[in-house]
Amino acid sequence: MKFLPLLWANLTRHKRRTVLTVASVALALFLFASLRTVVTTIARNAAAGSAQRLVVQNATGLVFPLPLSYANRLATVSGVTGVSYANWFGGRYGDGKRFFANFAVDPATYLDLYPELQLPPDQREAFLHEKTSAIVGQRLLEVFGWRLGQDVTLQGTIFPGDWTLTIRGVYTPANRSIGDDMLLFHHDYLDERIGRAGIVGWYILRIANADAAPQIAKTVDDQYRSSSSPTKTGTEKAFQAGFATMWGNVSLLMNTIGMAVVFAILLVTANAMMMSARERTKEVAVLKTVGFSDGRLFGLVMLETGIITLAGAAAGLGGAKLLYRATNFNAAGFLPGFDVSVATLVLGTSIAFLLMFASGLVPAMRAARLPVVQGLRTVE
Amino acid sequence: MMHIPILYNVRSVLQRPVSTALTALGVALVVTVFIGMLALADGFRAALVRTGSDHNVLVLRRGADSELSSGLERETTDILTAEPQVAKGSDGRPLASPEVYVIVPLAQNGDTMALKNVVARGVSDQVWTVRANLRIEQGKRPESGHAEVCLGKNLVGRFEHTAVGESLHFGGRDWTVVCHFSAGGSAFESEIWGENEQFMPVFRGNVFQSLTLRLSDPAAFEDVKRAWEGDRRVTVDVHRESDFYMEQSELLGRILRILAWLITSIMAVGAVFGAVNTMYAAVASRAPEIGVLLTLGFRPRSVLLSFLVESAFIALVGGIVGSLLALPVNGIVTSTTNWASFSEIAFSFRITPGLLLSGVLFAVVMGVIGGFFPAWRAARMPVVQALR
Amino acid sequence: MALVEIRDVHKSFQRDSEKIEVFAGLTLDIEPGSFTALMGPSGSGKSTLLNLVAGLDRPTSGTVKVADAMVSAMTPAQLAGWRARHIGFVFQQFNLLPVLTAYQNVELPLLLTNLSKRERDERVRLALDVVGLGDRLRHYPRQLSGGQEQRTSIARAIVADPTVILLDEPTGQLDAKSSVEVLALLRRLNDEFKKTILIVTHDAHAAERAKTVLHLEKGVLIEKGVKA
Repeated sequence: MKFLPLLWANLTRHKRRTVLTVASVALALFLFASLRTVVTTIARNAAAGSAQRLVVQNATGLVFPLPLSYANRLATVSGVTGVSYANWFGGRYGDGKRFFANFAVDPATYLDLYPELQLPPDQREAFLHEKTSAIVGQRLLEVFGWRLGQDVTLQGTIFPGDWTLTIRGVYTPANRSIGDDMLLFHHDYLDERIGRAGIVGWYILRIANADAAPQIAKTVDDQYRSSSSPTKTGTEKAFQAGFATMWGNVSLLMNTIGMAVVFAILLVTANAMMMSARERTKEVAVLKTVGFSDGRLFGLVMLETGIITLAGAAAGLGGAKLLYRATNFNAAGFLPGFDVSVATLVLGTSIAFLLMFASGLVPAMRAARLPVVQGLRTVE
Repeated sequence: MMHIPILYNVRSVLQRPVSTALTALGVALVVTVFIGMLALADGFRAALVRTGSDHNVLVLRRGADSELSSGLERETTDILTAEPQVAKGSDGRPLASPEVYVIVPLAQNGDTMALKNVVARGVSDQVWTVRANLRIEQGKRPESGHAEVCLGKNLVGRFEHTAVGESLHFGGRDWTVVCHFSAGGSAFESEIWGENEQFMPVFRGNVFQSLTLRLSDPAAFEDVKRAWEGDRRVTVDVHRESDFYMEQSELLGRILRILAWLITSIMAVGAVFGAVNTMYAAVASRAPEIGVLLTLGFRPRSVLLSFLVESAFIALVGGIVGSLLALPVNGIVTSTTNWASFSEIAFSFRITPGLLLSGVLFAVVMGVIGGFFPAWRAARMPVVQALR
Repeated sequence: MALVEIRDVHKSFQRDSEKIEVFAGLTLDIEPGSFTALMGPSGSGKSTLLNLVAGLDRPTSGTVKVADAMVSAMTPAQLAGWRARHIGFVFQQFNLLPVLTAYQNVELPLLLTNLSKRERDERVRLALDVVGLGDRLRHYPRQLSGGQEQRTSIARAIVADPTVILLDEPTGQLDAKSSVEVLALLRRLNDEFKKTILIVTHDAHAAERAKTVLHLEKGVLIEKGVKA
């Protein structure tokens, strides 16, 4: 637009002020995007569970085991096309400061039920055939410096002692909600070492038809209701959602802080704009003398504010998106798939617009309403 | 050295009320978030720190990193309870509480679909003495041999069927709620307590998860630790109770603190930028005044100090406002999952006078940093240019 | 027909609780192509008169008509557009935008038109040539002398080819040499380019250069001298 030189000249008049204001907006929106992404990631991961897999836990509580003997019976339930099981191992590596999920599974059935864990066929075979082997997520190689074929020793916490496993496979998750930092090994190995206790942590059932889930769940639970280990069966989705609620009021916290951040920034931006406006009363009067209308001056001030806020938004929002992508950030495993969503970007941009209006409105109206004669008289 | 009167700064600040107010408010918000988040982190930590006592030791199976993953045979607990270093109660019995520790899903109030994992602890009747800061708030202690439970006060009202006289269902059985207890603001207040012998058959079979003992001489902890961990009859780790629970809060506590500092740092940078802008504009618009002051004989150093003080003053006001804004948050109860024990723990935001002071100090620091370069410019302004 | 017709204009200001009357029934004509100097002591209303003609201010009663436009009756929005096309204003304090170059300052009025970039460029260069600053296009006001700034100001005032050029004490902040240059320029604009000029001034030299001199005292026209 032909007014660009005028706008640009005004913005670069006080380079430092403009830069600082843009930087403030950028910081605020970066923070906003980050906080919001925590909320969206938790929500997305909660909803990510498959509707065609059911999880069978001990009804008494998550921490109680189920008998291994249930496996055969579960396989015969109508509608179930696959059964697997897993046991939370809770082992630590090294100094134990870096938490990662590790559990013992029935290898063949588990990989069958979780095609999302992608492995090269030769690694898969190696894993299946070696009882003391393990597969690990891609990220663990980076975090701990492991290599394929290496022996790693975990300290057992629930099952005490040193557990040495050989890494025979490295998996990559098919979608971002599945953590890329898990370790899986043979349930048989675990069972053998703890003296054939014949227990599992939970079962996973694959069902043919997602709609049949409630029905099948009820069938399973009814079957074991009066046994010593009653079951609670639900979709994997519900299971994941249960974990999400463990975060507690995090959403509320993040949103509240987000609002405070945005508001604080609004103050900074509004202040900067008003300062600029105050210094230019005379010039506004001169422009009006030359023939610039009230409306046009209103628009110019708004536009100037808009350039600042949108430049800040681009830097802050764009920066957040790129940073988290580039560093593959996942909050040390707690927030897999941490990625600034499109919705967050849109929301952030809307806030930038809001910022533009809120901080530009008063200076713009002052400029528009300035009586020329009075403006010319001011001695700046 | 003549000091420029503070009144000059105060008056000047009042001359540009809007700009000053906006800057101060920006600082205020940073301080509010700062105090709020640290109050959160502190509340969480405090709950867990107060959970343990220096006088007690907590014994777990060797290698277990939490009560949840531990398992102690009766034999082990009998052996250790009989050790001489264990303090004795007024009745001559050792002050020991072998405990069952499990997590049970409970339905939250108002949202029966959402189940939270709550700690259920089977305790011995000695526990009321072993742990010093317990108090029955309502009802009476569970009777031995009965399916009765006592609820930590943080559970009351947040979960269904928690009133005294009501019946809670978990572990496949019904349990009558006979009392509510408080525990000095510690994590125990989020737990269900029942008799250990009652819990055992329902949950884990003939095994305890932990053993808590009062030492007759707390200073002898290191010796006790060495002795018991080296004892061939048992395979245990001995922890000082206070240290143990403090470590349990470490991960989440650290995350909360890091988050608090990260968020407030970023916000602070923004607020400082705002202060910088304001002060530069102030210096620019008051150039003639500065010129006059320098002509009158005030030293540049005085001018520097004067503007620094002004900036700090604005920030101070903001800091005080921010502290006041944060106060209502004090005492609000919130909950989260303590990943170390996989259990729900409720705690309250904790604002201490020290924290408020830090907030205000933080504000002043922001003000000084923000005002530094503008003040520097004011001090170095050539008189002739200033007066033009 | 006069280019500017001021009929029975009254103008008063409210300063604090005092009401100050500047004009009580002023009537005046400015002919097209004239070069008029308006003189008088301070407070006589000279600047106010200029503001009324430019539509920057409104009379309390009476009419101001400029080239068939009833300026005193137009709305602010209408006046803005009208002013862009018909008025060139030059101030005592130059009032150039310090963040813009001489070229950009002069271009300002043209941004309000529909001219293409090329057309605007032609006119700006022409205006700056006329005032003798063709080689200073890219300079910022702070890089120009007082006289050069004022000439840039004049260039801005003439670039849109306005109906009338109004100047408020244009030599007030200039030294003798620059004043002479500026006044010579104005005379040339009037002689060669037939621009109608109304200049408010204290400066006797300016009055000499003008072709008509009006004296205003306490809002009343007291003397009118026409020269060759």
